Amino acid sequence: MVDMTTFTSHDTTAGRGWAVEAEGLVKTFGSNRAVDGVDLRVATGTVYGVLGPNGAGKTTTISMLATLLRPDGGTARIFGHDVQRESQVVRQLIGVTGQYASVDETLSANENLYLFSRLHGLSGAASRRKSAELLEEFGLTEAAKRPLKNFSGGMRRRLDLAASLIAQPPLIFLDEPTTGLDPRTRIQMWETIRRLVSSGSTVLLTTQYLDEADQLADRIAVIDRGRVVAEGTANELKASVGESTLELRLASVSDTDDVRVAIQRVLGVAASVSPEAGRITAPMNNPDLVTELLVTLRDEGIRLAEMSVQKPTLDEVFLTLTGHGVESDDEAESAASAELEGSRA
Amino acid sequence: MTTTTLSPKATTESPIVPGAQRTLRNRVSIPETVSHTFTMAYRGLLKIKRTPEQLFDVTLQPIIFTVMFVYIFGGAISGDIQSYLPIIIPGILVQTVITGSIVTGVQLREDMDKGVFDRFRSLPIARIAPLSGALLADTLRYAIATTITLAMGFLMGFQPGGGAGGVVVAALLVIACAWGLSWIFAFFGVIARTASSVQGISMLVLFPLTFLSGAFAPTDTMPDWLQTVVAYNPVTHLVNAARELMNTGVFGADAWLTLLGAAVIVAVFAPLTVKAYMRKA
Repeated sequence: MVDMTTFTSHDTTAGRGWAVEAEGLVKTFGSNRAVDGVDLRVATGTVYGVLGPNGAGKTTTISMLATLLRPDGGTARIFGHDVQRESQVVRQLIGVTGQYASVDETLSANENLYLFSRLHGLSGAASRRKSAELLEEFGLTEAAKRPLKNFSGGMRRRLDLAASLIAQPPLIFLDEPTTGLDPRTRIQMWETIRRLVSSGSTVLLTTQYLDEADQLADRIAVIDRGRVVAEGTANELKASVGESTLELRLASVSDTDDVRVAIQRVLGVAASVSPEAGRITAPMNNPDLVTELLVTLRDEGIRLAEMSVQKPTLDEVFLTLTGHGVESDDEAESAASAELEGSRA
Repeated sequence: MTTTTLSPKATTESPIVPGAQRTLRNRVSIPETVSHTFTMAYRGLLKIKRTPEQLFDVTLQPIIFTVMFVYIFGGAISGDIQSYLPIIIPGILVQTVITGSIVTGVQLREDMDKGVFDRFRSLPIARIAPLSGALLADTLRYAIATTITLAMGFLMGFQPGGGAGGVVVAALLVIACAWGLSWIFAFFGVIARTASSVQGISMLVLFPLTFLSGAFAPTDTMPDWLQTVVAYNPVTHLVNAARELMNTGVFGADAWLTLLGAAVIVAVFAPLTVKAYMRKA
């Protein structure tokens, strides 16, 4: 198993430098340490995913990196510029799209983009051109003059993202860009994000959707209770919980303990047991050994009702790392699979 | 090295200039600050255009108040309506415009609670621009209130003895003082938790100030202690100054005193507001 909290090397991107370097970021609200020593390094030109449940500290972390909140501890640099000492420089390098659309509800899409363009220092004519261009690009031209009150969630997000792109910032923060969107709009948003990266932007996005991080992010930090609990590529994270999972369903629940012992002996790993229906799962690092396990079970006269192999999902990584990080492996995995069961039902 | 590219012809399709290759300044210049302020004020005007109902207090209120006060109290206080107009029109003008300045604080609070404020804070603009822009846009509200009150007065037969010049100077003086006063409400707006509490506190302060000023009735029949209060009320001086200017065209001691008072308010509350605002912004 990989030591999950260490950074692996970024040979391919080292030459281009870091878009974000954060060390030991801390933010406390009263007695609550919302962010409790977060380290992040985002290579230029990549998509970096910050994955975590609600209240994990994702938004607070982004707010500190985007100069919206003052860190209580630690340092952060954007393209080498300190977020506190050179905040005005940092603001010229970033675009921020918030969790809740940060556009003016009382104005139209066109007026919003025009005003933000003017604030970015564009002339009146240039602002009008830029607004028209962005509206076109994000498919909002027809709705451009309508007040935002009548906009759908997806349209608002698109406008919000468009507003973040006015100055063509080299780094874009997307705080939960697809939360609350329907699946089709989500996929459109993903395509937009991929397009951004292909034009040279670096993207730091937060999400609570594991498939979103899996789909988009080159590297992922899993964050929980204000701490980074794991960091790496999606594949590294998946590998860290085992290549695949072997799942057995027994004909007779009374054999459960015998099977656990057999798995421990043959595969050398701890199996976890779902409380219902005699379902047993175990990480499967070496498929060769499974044959041996099955032979052992037949020899002992244990009958299987069902057998399957599951590829790991980020859900498993996520639950293993965040939900039960302090418990022993055995309990953690059984609890994780129990919870998975619940979430699939 | 190239300078920051905000080239108007660039599209989002064109390659993005890497962060490391940009030359950037950590300061916002004064001309930029002024430009950001005007853009923010323009935003305020756009919002008025989109939600004209927020102008009710400076459009309908002066009409209703002028008609009500003139026809209800005119005869009782001055014997007839014609001789009450020179007393009441400057009074209602002051009351309406000053009440209109409360909105500055209420809207500022509402704005700061909205998502769009986060975007303003993430933009490379002068930190003060949303505040200064809002204060600038509100002068339009005062101008509307002033125009409507005076128009109502003229419709009812008000003939200012100070001539057009006196009326214009009086109007400008009232607008200037309301702007100065709006810094107090802007301060409440920045420090208060909710917009409705800003409204509440401000009304509580303003209601006695405007009514205990001799704006609506002569003060000589009031009890002595109340006359003392009225004499020290800054709004009294503003009302007196406006009356003097409209009816005699004289820019007298009261006018100078109110200007000084407004300047003192700005001198005290502008730094307080800006400081509190910057801490939150």
